[in-house]
Amino acid sequence: MLDQFPAIIVAAPLIASAICAIVRHERTCWLIALLVSFLCFFGSASMLGQIQDYGTISYQMGGWAPPAGIEYRVDLLAIYLLILVSFIATAVLVYGRQSVSAEIKDGIRGWYYTMYLLCLCGLMGIIITGDAFNAFVFMEISSLSMYTLIALGKDRRALAAAYQYLILGTIGATMYVIGIGLLYTITGTLNLVDLGERLPPLLDTSAAIAGMAFIVVGLSLKIALFPLHLWLPNAYAFAPTVTTAFIAATATKVSIYLLIRYLYSVFGFAFSVEQTPIPELVLVLSVLAIFAGSLTAIFQENVKRMLAYSSVAQIGYITLGIAIANATGLTGSLVHIFNHAVMKGALFMLIGGIALQIGTVRISDMAGLGKQMPLTMFGFVLGGFSLLGVPGTVGFVSKWYLAVGALENGWWWLVVLLMLSSLLVLVYMGRVIEVAFFRERPVGAPVLKDPPKAMIITSWVFILACIYLGFDTSFTVGVAEQAVSVLVGER
Amino acid sequence: MRSHLILRVVSKLLIPFLLLFALYVQFHGDFGPGGGFQAGVIVAAAFVLYALIFGLKTIQKVIPPALLEVLVPMGVLIYAGVGVATWILGGNFLDYNMLDSHDPSHGQHLGILLVEAGVLVTVASTMLLIFYTFAGRGR
Amino acid sequence: MEGFNEFAFVLGGVNHWITIFLIMAGFYIIVSRSNMIKKLVGLSIFQTSVYLLYVSPGKIIGGTAPIIVEGNPEQLYSNPLPHVLILTAIVVGVATLALGLALVVRINEAYGSIEEDEIYGEDWD
Repeated sequence: MLDQFPAIIVAAPLIASAICAIVRHERTCWLIALLVSFLCFFGSASMLGQIQDYGTISYQMGGWAPPAGIEYRVDLLAIYLLILVSFIATAVLVYGRQSVSAEIKDGIRGWYYTMYLLCLCGLMGIIITGDAFNAFVFMEISSLSMYTLIALGKDRRALAAAYQYLILGTIGATMYVIGIGLLYTITGTLNLVDLGERLPPLLDTSAAIAGMAFIVVGLSLKIALFPLHLWLPNAYAFAPTVTTAFIAATATKVSIYLLIRYLYSVFGFAFSVEQTPIPELVLVLSVLAIFAGSLTAIFQENVKRMLAYSSVAQIGYITLGIAIANATGLTGSLVHIFNHAVMKGALFMLIGGIALQIGTVRISDMAGLGKQMPLTMFGFVLGGFSLLGVPGTVGFVSKWYLAVGALENGWWWLVVLLMLSSLLVLVYMGRVIEVAFFRERPVGAPVLKDPPKAMIITSWVFILACIYLGFDTSFTVGVAEQAVSVLVGER
Repeated sequence: MRSHLILRVVSKLLIPFLLLFALYVQFHGDFGPGGGFQAGVIVAAAFVLYALIFGLKTIQKVIPPALLEVLVPMGVLIYAGVGVATWILGGNFLDYNMLDSHDPSHGQHLGILLVEAGVLVTVASTMLLIFYTFAGRGR
Repeated sequence: MEGFNEFAFVLGGVNHWITIFLIMAGFYIIVSRSNMIKKLVGLSIFQTSVYLLYVSPGKIIGGTAPIIVEGNPEQLYSNPLPHVLILTAIVVGVATLALGLALVVRINEAYGSIEEDEIYGEDWD
């Protein structure tokens, strides 16, 4: 059983989604989805120990040996992301039953869970596969189901947002596959490890460089790196809450994982960092992302859209670690992938609870909520602290690593910029908190309560995780450091 | 549609051969170019041709949309079922060698046949369902 | 000699020229049109360029299907892998196009228009 887990965590969501599509009964589908996501989480978690003790797991799909056959390769970096994605998927499902009932039309909720499971299958597949083209296929499985998950929102703007994402996402994926094609024509292999071995002598050819450029740009579109982020705010703002919480915490992270994999394992640390302008380019774009994202977030009236722009900024922090390109910076990057998923997951879940109770997510409608929905709003404050990077929360841990990494490069100005950017977080989170706590609820407005227990509890699990992981960093930083040492060592 | 005599006669002549050709592409896929996807599209094309000539209502009497909505995931289940079978027989996912205990190459044959059958079912029904959805919209 | 090289450069890479043309044409349509259907047409052309990029290097002149025939172990065959990959990419393209068109149908029903400037202008915060 244990040695089959690499295949199970991808195949189980696929099979379950087919079953959901036949059953289509809301409650049953939810239960199936929950059980299967938990199975994925359990499978990923149980592989962690095995990898730490015995090293990378290589699973031969169909019994065909790599590099000819498709290999599922689970190393520390992969298992780190697998645990993150499956954990978020499970938690969002525990949270989401009422939210789905409220936001998705009756009759298509079974399909909603079908798409959710397909999306999970795709995301797990991208992480685990050791084959470049297979990663493309999984990328499209997850993207296509994600467009559907977004379009199922009540608001008609969800449709337009999904369309926008479909166009840009497909351009990104197609560019990625063009890059793979160029690499395949010069190396004759699609296996990522094999590519990493065969590429170095060919790296000065124009095909390799063009391939690299296509892959980096294509993945940047999927990541929503600053100037290519246009699809993200609308998609997050108008999608159903469950979708937003799930994709905000996982989808872009998985693409970042793929980018790290290509830059550091396939093209090699030495080439990507020392011989291409990619670190400089990513550095400028990340800093721009942080400031442009945060500044735009300040002027948003819709809280979900505000958090979406904040995600653009936070993605900037993650890619900043790639640009810093030393072990500490990369560790910060990987830790922030996890931390940001937890923080944004929590914040979007809390906003979903508010949306369920008051029906809108506009800041002006949230006046006086601090008194009527204390648990929700207090959680929101803690989540905001975490986003800000107050010591004792997860946000601080990752920013610390990024700052230390920047100092190791002698980039003290970057540390100043990091601190300045935190002030912007204070402004936009402060706006919501000010309205919720220091303004009176308008006279005659209905008295509100905190959302249902399941929603509050899961949101608070995430909020508490924000604080717990801020003190006990043995999992996040521990695994990230081990993974980074492998990445940077793989020259 | 009563009046288009030529269209009706020609399509009735063509459709059996289209389906036959689909089966040829499906089963010859083991030895040459072909396979479930191509065959599935040809099957769907035959039904779409029928729908174009005789109308959406007539074709939906033959294959109701509800049936297609079950067939789409069923094909995926056939495919995944082969994978589960190989698990139970002690191999890796989709390791066809396991399917025949005496001769692995027979196992390979059987595995490919079953997986391609799953692909055929899913592709044909998906294509037809896409056609139904677009053609039936706004009526 | 130089003239010969240019000749080879232009004609030898004719498949790549077509690929590049398709990429640019598709991309131009996506960027320049605001009609949502036309954008999807551009997207399809953009994806089609990939098919050519993959399939054309896999073709060997005089090559046959990659099946071993008894008595002729050294026969020339075309690489089947790019074809299989592109079959998958075509499936992905079909799915993307179907989903995109479905979204456009829904958008048309909700907004009464498929022009991007009108839709994003309307109630977009």
